[in-house]
Amino acid sequence: MRGDSVEVNVVVNGRVYSEVVEPRLLLSDFLRHRLGLTGTHVGCEHGVCGACTVLLDGEAVRSCLLFAVQADGWRIETVEGLADLEKLHPLQESFREHFALQCGFCTAGILMSAVDCLQKNPIPSRDEIAELLSGHLCRCTGYLPIIDAVEAYAHGEQETGRRQ
Amino acid sequence: MGQSVPRVEDEALLRGRGRFLDDLNPVPGAAQVAFVRSPFAHARIDSVDVKAAAEAPGVMGVVTGAQLAAVCAPMGAVIPCDVPYYPLAVGSARYAGEPVAAVAARDRYRAEDAGELVVVDYSPLEPLLDPLVAAGVGAAYIGAPSGAVVSDRTFNYGDPDAAFEAADLVLQRRFRFPRWSGAPVECACVVADWNPADRSLTAWANFQGPFTLHTVAAAALGLPASKLRLITPPDSGGSFGVKASVVSYIVALGAVSRILGIPVRWTEDRSEHLASSSMATERITDLTAGFSAEGRLLALRYDTVEDVGAYLRAPEPASLYRMHGTLTGAYRVEHLAVRNRVVLTNRCPTGLNRGFGGPQMYLPLERTMALAAARLELDPAELARRNLLRADEFPHRTASGGLYDSGDYHACLDDALAAIGYEQIRREQAAARSGGPAENCRAVADGRADGGSVLGGVRGVDGVVGCEGGGSTLGGVQGVGRSNGRLLGIGLACVVEPSVSNMGYVSLAEPPERRRVGLPKSGNSEAAGVAMNPLGGVTVRLSTVPQGQGHRTVAAQVVADELGLRPDQVDVLSGFDTHSDAWTVSSGNYSSRFSGIGAAAASEAARRLADRLRSIAAEHLECAPSDVVLRDGRASVAGHPAGGVSLRRLAGQAHWNPESLPADVEVGLAVTAFVSAPNLQPPNDNDEVVAAAAHGFVVDIAVVEVDPHTAELSVLDYVTVHDAGTLLHPRLADGQVLGSFAHGFGPATGERVVYDKEGTLLTGSFMDYLCPTAAEVPPLRILHRETPSPFTPLGAKGLGEGNTMSAPSALANAVCDALGIDDIELPMSAPGIWEAMRVKGLLRSE
Repeated sequence: MRGDSVEVNVVVNGRVYSEVVEPRLLLSDFLRHRLGLTGTHVGCEHGVCGACTVLLDGEAVRSCLLFAVQADGWRIETVEGLADLEKLHPLQESFREHFALQCGFCTAGILMSAVDCLQKNPIPSRDEIAELLSGHLCRCTGYLPIIDAVEAYAHGEQETGRRQ
Repeated sequence: MGQSVPRVEDEALLRGRGRFLDDLNPVPGAAQVAFVRSPFAHARIDSVDVKAAAEAPGVMGVVTGAQLAAVCAPMGAVIPCDVPYYPLAVGSARYAGEPVAAVAARDRYRAEDAGELVVVDYSPLEPLLDPLVAAGVGAAYIGAPSGAVVSDRTFNYGDPDAAFEAADLVLQRRFRFPRWSGAPVECACVVADWNPADRSLTAWANFQGPFTLHTVAAAALGLPASKLRLITPPDSGGSFGVKASVVSYIVALGAVSRILGIPVRWTEDRSEHLASSSMATERITDLTAGFSAEGRLLALRYDTVEDVGAYLRAPEPASLYRMHGTLTGAYRVEHLAVRNRVVLTNRCPTGLNRGFGGPQMYLPLERTMALAAARLELDPAELARRNLLRADEFPHRTASGGLYDSGDYHACLDDALAAIGYEQIRREQAAARSGGPAENCRAVADGRADGGSVLGGVRGVDGVVGCEGGGSTLGGVQGVGRSNGRLLGIGLACVVEPSVSNMGYVSLAEPPERRRVGLPKSGNSEAAGVAMNPLGGVTVRLSTVPQGQGHRTVAAQVVADELGLRPDQVDVLSGFDTHSDAWTVSSGNYSSRFSGIGAAAASEAARRLADRLRSIAAEHLECAPSDVVLRDGRASVAGHPAGGVSLRRLAGQAHWNPESLPADVEVGLAVTAFVSAPNLQPPNDNDEVVAAAAHGFVVDIAVVEVDPHTAELSVLDYVTVHDAGTLLHPRLADGQVLGSFAHGFGPATGERVVYDKEGTLLTGSFMDYLCPTAAEVPPLRILHRETPSPFTPLGAKGLGEGNTMSAPSALANAVCDALGIDDIELPMSAPGIWEAMRVKGLLRSE
């Protein structure tokens, strides 16, 4: 149902946005079509494919299962916020090295999920990586290169940590 | 070429800076369309009342099927069909989910709101849902005076009757390959802008080709092809064949834009996609095979019923005929009989899906080979060995006219057997069946060619578990305590993978006398453009419409090779425009045609540009053009790399000082090249056809275990050996193999499009249509051989579909082997396996 429009204030990738939206506007549509952050993709709109995953105050969420108004006052990270202008995030770099994407449509969501999971479990086993990826559908890669990329990144980070 | 350079596509995609069509706004202010869809599998449409919807807030207009039909012709079909196909239902709805009306509004939310206000009066009709009923004599399909069978053809090659008569063993069995769908993660998207000033339509769509369908769309819209400008976006989120069917929505949106006088756009949602995009055909095959006592496959008889759904949509019945030159698989078979019936049912129409007829064909053939091996008391690998074409038999003409280019099938089989440790696994299996311990556990590791990964990692077991004193992988399985009476199975599949399809093969659906009436169709050609700008930069334009395969990366490699540049000095554009790019009707992204013909077009254009540069350089270098070498961005005399002139200088000269060019050099540094695959003549009067230009070979061996308590299927190891000719980019090749395998693993184990007895779709979401996830797809070990194709310019063959063809067969063979059964239904879900085990008395309680 339509209702009165509501103001939504969010911080997305460090930038403040203030928008007036219908309460029923999905967070995924808000990010893509209001804010122009089209790196977040929509693959099913029922929470299975994971393509729309973003971080809401650091937690991976399906932006197709939330309304924009639910994000009011929250901090959101999307794939556009992972890399800086000069260089990719090391996880993105690992995806490139391992040929972990083909069409790239599912990739943004997988990256955001992986960032969240790796914060909680920095050095997952391959089975744990497969488990974390099981909330995402990729129809191109057969998943193995993605597992390789996440594993290599996790272990690389561990090495870096040791060196420091 | 041949190097696994990083993909040029990746950085933008990883940054979220891809340009998929729904990200783009080519026509500001385009209204959003939502479709009203039939809830019935079959119903007469008595009336469509759009008044309330048209008056709803934000609505720009509503278009019904009847309105669309007033400005459109039916979509053209490959063969005559009584049932006209319009992209909006006209008069009756023929499958659940069929679009009936389109609502255009200021935003999608309002369009969907208004869609609920469209009142359609339906009179439900009896749906026809079973392909075998549809194939029965006189089966009626309402609205089709000639019935539900739209094509019924028989073919005889050699003398199959005599061969069956002479056979020592004749096997006959029925196989059913279920409906499934490639289901790319990005759904369809179309933007359409009708221009009344010159009565032209510009459409943007994540369409994948083939561009034969551009002609179909233009004809349906009543436009000359020059008035339908079709543009594809730079990025497309997977297709796997399915997005060929976007053409229906190009016509629908084009008609809506024209009728309402406004630009419109539509992005398909997942429920629309699963109900109404494009399914793979369900196929029922009665296969009869005759063998000699020694295991020689003498003759095959296919009796096939192919369900194409509610309408015969172009390019169907291509799913059925794509493999026609390959019906004898990898084997030497002289005698072949075929009956092909194409039937309509009240289900979603079918179309391109990865594998495109291959999975449906190989399941009968490769299951039959496994069944025959058991009857003949031969190991399946030995039976294969006795029938595989030998390396000295190429090029090989198949019974139905196919022309296999090259290969060494026995070597591939040997590679696969060695990699999997075949003999030892068979011994382990025998030991498990007898309930005793395995002999010579250590030999498992020794027998494995690569000594690499363990049996599928023995999923669920951490690390490598060896048996006592050795690194045995099956020992690892023993380590989990299931050594006795384990249900281990081994499945083999040998498949020939055709690529670069002959555009004429589908005309086999009509008899020769009818084919003679029309324009013959043949071949497969492609175009590419390469241009050098005044500063020496290189831009390549492709017409291969990639959907993730990395065409830009490979094109940069092959062009760089010709021009003596690094791949990163070559920019490749993947977005495509029918009005500014060179293309052919066979352009596009299907039948694994990029490496065979698409990359070859780019290479050829670059070669001609290089020739031009060599001619210009020759004057500077005072040598013959043929003595000029292009390397490291310079042109120099062969054998004298130190001197020479830079390409940048030559480019500058050509652009800024054309008067100085040698007289025989064409002005301009832009070349468009067309290449055409050889041997692809139209079918001849004997119904023989070379259906594809190149033929790769794949051997898969699957090792599975079925849990006797839960019926859970585990893939312990899976080896695939490919020979796809010259590999242009080995890592991208592996990526195609992995993805293709996942698309075969899906329908083998879980993916199936299911309708209830009313014809209502039960798999309308990703919660019901079960695509495999990372937790299900098993590790795959990939080996390659490279026997170049003599028929493709770069020696490369397609390899994007082979494992989709082979995996269902290999896995079905493995499961049947594990359970000692002759029949298993796909997908092999736990309930299905459970039932097979229950019947066989294999289930164990705790």
